[in-house]
Amino acid sequence: MSSVNLADRQLSPRPALGFISRIRRQVPVSVGLGIVWLAAMVLIAILADWLRPYGITAMDLTSRLAPPGTPGHWLGTDELGRDVLSRLIQSIRVSLVIAFGATIISAVFGTALGFAAAQFRGIVEHLVLVLADFQAALPFLIMSLAVLAFFGSSMMLLVCLMGFYGWERYARIARGLAISAGAQGYAASVVQLGATPARVYFRHILPNVASTLIVSMTLTFPEIILMESGLSFLGLGVQPPQTSLGNMVGFGREYLTNAPWIMLAPAAVIMLTTLAISLVGDWLRDKLDPTIR
Amino acid sequence: MKPLIEARNLVRIYEMRKGPFSRPQPVRAVDDISLSVVPGETLGIVGESGSGKSTLGRMLLGIDAAQGGEILFEGRRMPPLRSPEWRALRARMQLVYQDPLAALDRRLTIAAQIGEPLDIHQIGSTEERTARIRELMDAVGLRPDQAGRYPHELSGGQRQRAVIARALATQPSLLVCDEPVSALDVSIQAQVVNMLRDLQEQNGIAMVFISHDLKVVRNIADRVAVMYLGKIVEEGSSDTIFHSPRHPYTQALVSSMPVPGKRLESRVILQGEPPNPAARPSGCAFHPRCPLATDLCRSKTPPLQQIDAGRTAACHAVASHAALAA
Repeated sequence: MSSVNLADRQLSPRPALGFISRIRRQVPVSVGLGIVWLAAMVLIAILADWLRPYGITAMDLTSRLAPPGTPGHWLGTDELGRDVLSRLIQSIRVSLVIAFGATIISAVFGTALGFAAAQFRGIVEHLVLVLADFQAALPFLIMSLAVLAFFGSSMMLLVCLMGFYGWERYARIARGLAISAGAQGYAASVVQLGATPARVYFRHILPNVASTLIVSMTLTFPEIILMESGLSFLGLGVQPPQTSLGNMVGFGREYLTNAPWIMLAPAAVIMLTTLAISLVGDWLRDKLDPTIR
Repeated sequence: MKPLIEARNLVRIYEMRKGPFSRPQPVRAVDDISLSVVPGETLGIVGESGSGKSTLGRMLLGIDAAQGGEILFEGRRMPPLRSPEWRALRARMQLVYQDPLAALDRRLTIAAQIGEPLDIHQIGSTEERTARIRELMDAVGLRPDQAGRYPHELSGGQRQRAVIARALATQPSLLVCDEPVSALDVSIQAQVVNMLRDLQEQNGIAMVFISHDLKVVRNIADRVAVMYLGKIVEEGSSDTIFHSPRHPYTQALVSSMPVPGKRLESRVILQGEPPNPAARPSGCAFHPRCPLATDLCRSKTPPLQQIDAGRTAACHAVASHAALAA
């Protein structure tokens, strides 16, 4: 494979290809579409206030449950006559903030604990492993319900709470990989060169285990969206009239038979976003690894 | 000459369990070993696998803590493991690994890894480091265009050259080579060993060369220590050890070395099973396989004694012979 690449490189002194065609040669179509979709989602989330045709609570009582395609309401309206497109745009913003924020919190927290366990061993490692087992055994949804019921639901609390979801996986992966790197191989050899633990972990172990962690993140991300949906559906997540993707699916369920568009639009967004994240994450992992080229 | 590094009565005991609930059994990987290396000298350490060679090498560098005894580097005790002083001392002593692919970070280029010790110990400016990396790559025979390559893009021999270049970056005074060529092809082995010897002579580095390959050790070492089950059984200059081995174990090892143009005739073939370090025989550990074993050997461990000038051996038979001759 590498010889083919070499041949390519030797040919390339011809006039530089355009930016677009260079990207088209390097990125598979499915990944390209995934990137475009994710970029669109992020843009929508940022520009939600300008993109929304109506306010999320603006009711148009004369055209309740209007089907998609109705002039003025291209994705239809819900049972109160609120524009589905406007609510969808706002939901994308809320859900992305929760999912991205929570995924990053959980990855950073889990990886840090995993590295700490690998570095200090002994009592620290025991403690981290006990906590990880505890987390894995805990019915997370029920614990979230309890916390939200006590403290009330706010966006901040929701993101932090979701950030606790799935950290034990990062912790276990990071610990295992760091220990195996430290026992034999590159990490041990860098320690032997006199490197400080910070250098060993951030310059050597983290880049080497990043690919595994990225894949783990692409798995946690959709789970967090679904978890938030579940909580919102149970009425403890995002509070009406504020809306999120899961919230929309939850409330749209009642009208599934006569107005399926209320629920299908957010469901499609959830599915496409998680699919795009998986595709891009997989591709990114291969791209970040110099041994697979 | 004052020794660069001196080991006194080193002990390292591993605990081994047969089953999950059985009592741990102590394995004396390194058992009361003393040795010293003077600047610029090469000490070869040979022995079967499991004889504690690698553990001894790691203990000399202070990577594995000694459970007994002490290590003096330039007359000072080795600082505690992973303390800032210990880390600073890494610039003075380096290890060359058996498996270069495992020892290199596969996500960094060769040049970045060769320059890493300079980064860590903050030696020189950025330009000086770049120049030093070039110089090192040249010294170990890597082409300048390989600087941007990743470890998996190089051959085994080139990787080992990169590991050696990295080890030499800080101009250490001690280099421990743990089976540096046993993972390489025979043709490459000779190149790498010759290169190591040249570099050592040019820079006056003291070297501890650990290997089970007697040909390689004979080629490179000034002095040789033979290990058996965690103990040194014979030590002397390379020539004397290979020309007139005294300890029966050394004799068996040396007789197994092929000599070009000769048939392996007078080969001593060791009887019995290879040793199990967990169930160490009483008395002299070698007695179950020794052709000269007597009752004394079965009951009493022979000490390492001087038998000639600059030559020691741990064997009752050799010792009594030497005493008779004296």
